[in-house]
Amino acid sequence: MREGEMKQVEGGETAYWTWHMAAGVAIFALLGLHMTTMHLGGLTGLFVAYPTEQAVSPANSHTRDASLFLTVVYILLLGLALYHGLYGLRTMLFELTLKPATEQAVTTALVVVGLLLLGFGTWAAVAAHQGAAYHIASPEAVYVGG
Amino acid sequence: MNEKHYPNSLGIWGWLGGGRWGLERYAYVLHRLTGLGLVVYLLMHVFVTALRVKGIYLWTDGRFFDRPAFRVGEFLVFAAFAYHALNGLRLVLVELGLAVGRPLEPVYPYKSSIGVQRPLFIAMMALAALLLLAGGAEFLGLVK
Repeated sequence: MREGEMKQVEGGETAYWTWHMAAGVAIFALLGLHMTTMHLGGLTGLFVAYPTEQAVSPANSHTRDASLFLTVVYILLLGLALYHGLYGLRTMLFELTLKPATEQAVTTALVVVGLLLLGFGTWAAVAAHQGAAYHIASPEAVYVGG
Repeated sequence: MNEKHYPNSLGIWGWLGGGRWGLERYAYVLHRLTGLGLVVYLLMHVFVTALRVKGIYLWTDGRFFDRPAFRVGEFLVFAAFAYHALNGLRLVLVELGLAVGRPLEPVYPYKSSIGVQRPLFIAMMALAALLLLAGGAEFLGLVK
């Protein structure tokens, strides 16, 4: 790069930043629902099947796991939160003016970490949903988990 | 080229109050700190909540995370979410040009978009405070 030239922002970065903002707005809605359920459940009664217990009790958690809607919401929220958070972390790290090879390594590492966590979290959500749905469909069955 | 050097009369207070450290600058720093905190919490949260697949609920019935220190930490996470989300909404509005006012010709006395952004920031923080009050009631056990 010659003196006086400005580093051109690659076209992809604008798209990533736009998705970062869009994910933030979506997370506001979905995480707001999650926080309302977990911490304002006593006030709202939202997704609280057993009002006499805490919203985070195993019974209420089990009931929410059986809900396909909430399972999909959790998986979506996980994906959006991982993208939003890890992209934000990448942005902060890039402000250290790293070498291009280091930037690429950071990006690759965060993508790998994000995909691994998304896969693991999706598996956990689906497994919890299947276990909870089985237990509710067969109340006489002993829930052993897994 | 003549250069003038002015002594740092603020001393150590320059770290906190020196330079262009306005309200929005502090909001920016806090937004990043809460964001980092939420990312760290998320990574842990995924693993802890995944244990429920094995019937392990670490946050109930006197188990590891059912302790006062972790309850305080949980409230801090809720507070971080409230601040980060509402300040983030403000940033999105500003980024899209919806909260910066109309473009004006730079004629003295100059007008700044701060007249639009600052009330928006205060409104967002008021909403965050309301959220904290509602969430705090649950953490204090006033509601289940």
